Amino acid sequence: MAEMDTSSGGGHKKGPGVKKGKKLSTRVDLTPMVDLGFLLITFFIFTTTMSQATAMKLNLPKDADKPEDQNKAKQSGVITVLLGKDNNVFYYEGELETNAANFKSSNFHDIRDVLMKKKNSVRELKDYVVIIKPSDECTYKNLIDILDEMTITVSTRYALVDILDIETKLIQMSEASATNTSN
Amino acid sequence: MGRAKLPRKSTSIDMTAMCDVAFLLLSFFILTTKFKPAEAIAVTIPKSVAAKVAPTKDIVEVIIDKDGKVFLQLDDESIKETIANTLNSTKGLNMNVKAFKVAQFFGAPFAGMASYLQLPEDQRKGNLLPGIPVKDSSNNELTTWMSAVVNAYQGKKPNFLVKGDNIAKYPAFKAVITAFKKNDILKFQMVTSPEGIPVGTDLWKKTQTGEKREE
Repeated sequence: MAEMDTSSGGGHKKGPGVKKGKKLSTRVDLTPMVDLGFLLITFFIFTTTMSQATAMKLNLPKDADKPEDQNKAKQSGVITVLLGKDNNVFYYEGELETNAANFKSSNFHDIRDVLMKKKNSVRELKDYVVIIKPSDECTYKNLIDILDEMTITVSTRYALVDILDIETKLIQMSEASATNTSN
Repeated sequence: MGRAKLPRKSTSIDMTAMCDVAFLLLSFFILTTKFKPAEAIAVTIPKSVAAKVAPTKDIVEVIIDKDGKVFLQLDDESIKETIANTLNSTKGLNMNVKAFKVAQFFGAPFAGMASYLQLPEDQRKGNLLPGIPVKDSSNNELTTWMSAVVNAYQGKKPNFLVKGDNIAKYPAFKAVITAFKKNDILKFQMVTSPEGIPVGTDLWKKTQTGEKREE
């Protein structure tokens, strides 16, 4: 492949007395070329990001003004997830008790197990509703992470709801106590 | 001991085949590489397991940067022209329509739009611009922008995208979805970078059984 056919001309005979030029080998050492090739390949492999940006769909419900138009959810199947600052996650099942006894703290790693447990414990899957309440302190990444968690745990019913003042206070209180104990 | 002598073989191999493969791969990588265009607004997008590739045509993209400043990006020039004319007549902004058409993104309050467009393109950098004011719920200018966009598309459905920075705070995003909701834009997509599905989860089981994922 790499050598060229030098005996071209189909046996063209030179006349007698004409000196034959010395046949030089046309074999080229391809090793440096291969080296260069692979060098460039490695460069392109490392610089290429094959991944394209993906998009996550989010469908919002239309705002229902009248309370009777709003969706109702069974208390037993509801879990409310609150997002605090510094990647803190809090949750409670059902309705928030007045003494906040069922208000629990969690993080982005453990919330998946919490959601799975809740999902498996509800009697009917259609009753399983996750309510997401992001506080003003949480970041966009937190929100995407929790929405992603919905996809991962295949929680098809979830809602983004505005946070209540009492919940903001509870978050602040438990965050403050968490920093106190850690100091 | 009479050991049979092996004939000595040449150690030089024909490199041609290897060379062919190397350059085939090289050309593949060169052709598939797309260099990222330098972006004026630096945004680090979060990761998600979403597998759908983000649309690139007919996009209306709202960018939220790390300080919670909001920018709007459109790709269709004729749409931009319509929007510029609408805003000029309804708000009396006196914007240069031509400059508006070629501008890559918009990020200034309405009052400052005319002077914003006078800036040369390379000076419009995300960290220096004020962004579209959204925080004030009584005067969320993105709502006006969005209604102009919806009107300009006249029933056609553009792809609404939200591209937010990891550390942008939630109120900015909330303001954006409020502006969307007010214009009956209830379906939109959030740009993320792909991530593997964690093993053992419900979604993982679903994909293992070959069930199609709903997007």
